[in-house]
Amino acid sequence: MNYKEYNLIVMVVSTIGQPVPRKEGRAKLTGQARYIDDLVLPGMLHGATVRSPVARGLLRAIHYAPGVPWPEFTIVSAHDIPGANCVTLPPVFSMDAALARTEVIWGDDNVFKQYLVTRGNVDAVWTEAHVIVDGEYETGAQEQLYIEPQGMVALTDAQGAVTVWGSMQCPFYIHKALAALFNVPAAKVRVVQMETGGGFGGKEEYPSIIAGHAALLAWKSGRPVKLVYDRAEDMVATTKRHPSRTRHRTAVSRDGRLLAMDIEFTIDGGAYCTLSPVVLSRGTIHAAGPYFCPNIRIRGRAVATNMPPHGAFRGFGAPQSIFALERHMDRVAAAAGLTPDEFRRRNFIQTGQTSAVGQVMKEPIAMERLLDRALVLSDYHAKRSRFADANRHSTRIKRGIGFATFMHGAGFTGSGEQHLASVVAVEALSNGRVRVLAASAEIGQGTNTIFAQIAAEALGLECDDVEVAQPDTATVPDSGPTVASRTCMVVGKLIETASLDFRHRLETAGLLTSRYTPAEFRAACAAYRARHGDLRIAAQYRPPEGLRWDDQRYEGDAYGAYAWAVYVAEVTVDLDTFQTQVDDFVAVQEVGRVINPPLATGQIEGGVAQAIGWALFEDIVWRDGRMVNAQMTNYIMPTSMDLPPIRVFFEEAPYPNGPGGAKGIGELPMDGPAPAIFNAVANATGLNPAHLPLTPEALMELMEKAEPDGP
Amino acid sequence: MSELSRREFLGTTAAGIVGSSAIPAPDVVANQSPPAPVSAPRTAIRLIVNGRERDVEVEDRWTLAEMLRDHLQLTGTKVGCDRGECGACTVLLDGAPIYSCSYLAVWAASRSVETVEGLAAGAQLHPVQQAFIDHDAPQGGFCTSGQLMSAKALLAATPRPTADQARAALTGNLCRCSNYNHYVEAVVAAGASSSIVPESGRGDGQ
Repeated sequence: MNYKEYNLIVMVVSTIGQPVPRKEGRAKLTGQARYIDDLVLPGMLHGATVRSPVARGLLRAIHYAPGVPWPEFTIVSAHDIPGANCVTLPPVFSMDAALARTEVIWGDDNVFKQYLVTRGNVDAVWTEAHVIVDGEYETGAQEQLYIEPQGMVALTDAQGAVTVWGSMQCPFYIHKALAALFNVPAAKVRVVQMETGGGFGGKEEYPSIIAGHAALLAWKSGRPVKLVYDRAEDMVATTKRHPSRTRHRTAVSRDGRLLAMDIEFTIDGGAYCTLSPVVLSRGTIHAAGPYFCPNIRIRGRAVATNMPPHGAFRGFGAPQSIFALERHMDRVAAAAGLTPDEFRRRNFIQTGQTSAVGQVMKEPIAMERLLDRALVLSDYHAKRSRFADANRHSTRIKRGIGFATFMHGAGFTGSGEQHLASVVAVEALSNGRVRVLAASAEIGQGTNTIFAQIAAEALGLECDDVEVAQPDTATVPDSGPTVASRTCMVVGKLIETASLDFRHRLETAGLLTSRYTPAEFRAACAAYRARHGDLRIAAQYRPPEGLRWDDQRYEGDAYGAYAWAVYVAEVTVDLDTFQTQVDDFVAVQEVGRVINPPLATGQIEGGVAQAIGWALFEDIVWRDGRMVNAQMTNYIMPTSMDLPPIRVFFEEAPYPNGPGGAKGIGELPMDGPAPAIFNAVANATGLNPAHLPLTPEALMELMEKAEPDGP
Repeated sequence: MSELSRREFLGTTAAGIVGSSAIPAPDVVANQSPPAPVSAPRTAIRLIVNGRERDVEVEDRWTLAEMLRDHLQLTGTKVGCDRGECGACTVLLDGAPIYSCSYLAVWAASRSVETVEGLAAGAQLHPVQQAFIDHDAPQGGFCTSGQLMSAKALLAATPRPTADQARAALTGNLCRCSNYNHYVEAVVAAGASSSIVPESGRGDGQ
């Protein structure tokens, strides 16, 4: 069929690119949106999980305290599990301890996973280098801290059916976990996503555990069971962003070009393997950033410790390795005698060049234009010289400006999307509207709205003519998890394809001509349904042509598309209080075509804010492998008073394999702010901040180390 | 089954009493005489909720959030932390914003409580709700009810707030989607629109 022809027609209606209001906005503003804790079933019990008070040990016996009416309780343990329980002794609390192997808690080396990426031969060029710069950078754990705590309600019946409702990103992950846990056929398990108040990766994997606990209690008690985490439990027990340490050794030629990048990237996986290998994979692939270098070696490894397991959090390993790289690049530029922007200009990867993992970059890359625009919008050069002057005359207040240039690959890495083989469907409803069926969860990022826009555009309808089904594994196909900046680009593309096929079906049935009104479209759907029963068109993922990836050699087209960005941060550092305040923030990015400008802007602002928190405030305090500051009053995230103006700008370069030309957007804004802020602090103070978060205490220590005699 | 609230249950398990085991509820407790059932003291209160007089017999230990959500089915008020940190449970008490998770229901006797459900007049959204839509303020939506109530209190006291005033008024309402700047713009815009009805004229019992 001829898609071009459809595109001509849809230009008339065009909802893509419009500020369409959020589809579920009214429900969220009137208190009508139903979250998991709002669900009450008749006879429902409340469940809770009892956890080990020690980080590593053996369970020898369970004692029941006197004075509690135990027969009123239903208690389940590992012995009760009817299916698989395959969530597989002095504790190990740091990456160094793990790597020293004094205690081996995983395999024979405490390493969950490692990758080795090599291009050229780094060891052959050190002697010809004009300058060589070493650096070591660390990042701490970060809690997702969605305001809605995790929770599930479970119901089972005598025939072995298991149903759960809950707060989640990935209904089919839970579906698979429950089928295994209960050893029942997939058809016996049903998972329904309730309205979900934020996820950020924290509701990717962990909800399967809560669903399992709730379902076991429901099964044993014969009653519905609600298990909603208390905030402190949520903070202590669920997965967080992996702490990381990155070591760089970089060689630069006399003309300021990268000769060699030797990178060692290590993340702390915690006590269970979970998603660490894939987090490591993304972090490793992004470790060399948007630069071309003929000789690269990246050694990535995820180590086992007895910390709580770390997992998915917006950016998925990339913010860690990009933080190290972009902080390092400023230092390399200085050593090479170049400004941060000139050094980057000389080294940006260009279309046709090959990335660290052997991907020949085919898409147009506009990093230089993004950089130009960001520096103008932030008044970078003028401010840099003005601040330098002012800082000379000020002992207490130091101002600085810095930036980061980076990219983020959208969708699953390598052959991941092929393995997922996601499916969506579009169907005609008896009320005359069209419904999109996908398992992709609305978690605040705007899935409902952009799916409706994409379908409406392809069908030549208004957004209000399109419904988006609540993810329920009994009614929607498996469109894959709601992760990896894949919802818009990958799943959205499937919806576009299914919608175009839907329209084509009506045309070939002779029920629709090339131009039609919404009423004619409804009539055509009704006529088709009268003739054939129903009208439901599915689409399944097929990789874009020319995409190749070798899992064994870990080489090839790592991602179908990248979003590109330049972020500039302006800071004030107070050397009496050691507080760092971000005064202004400019975010310029190319994410393909923007489907919904306010939603896209909200995604960027939110990611930037979370990254400001990660860079400056959010400090998890560990004691014996346990988070001890598990409250919102001592784990500090940004409030409305802590954010600068976040000025968001898009360059639009349509990507042919995304819906309406869109690429992924959600994770990108988590990558750049931390190094931009650190580079600004370095600019303000002359220090080399390299450990994140840069709390006032950390900055004070850095200052004292830099000036042992005091000011 | 004795009446046990989730708060009480979680408190019990946090103290490490419940064990997870297949060992049937064991002999350890067989010799113990079961504890006397605790009957929590209750108080009959009359209060105004969203302009309507309500008589409720509350347990003295219930928080206002618990009463609203679990007993009056006003689930638009959310509980994000249950200890006065996140602000998702913000409601108005005689027009002033409070954290309903940290305020006892019994204290609300003879007072007026307003929740998110009381903002719209039928299908007609309150101007601040409309402004939140226009500025795409809610993302995940879980903090939104609290943001709305804090915003409403601000607009009642300061009908045309500046951005700084809006920022300060919302600072007790955490938003992890971090759409703060959109919330602030929406509140300022709601103030700038002349359609805000002065608080005294709403006739909702305040």
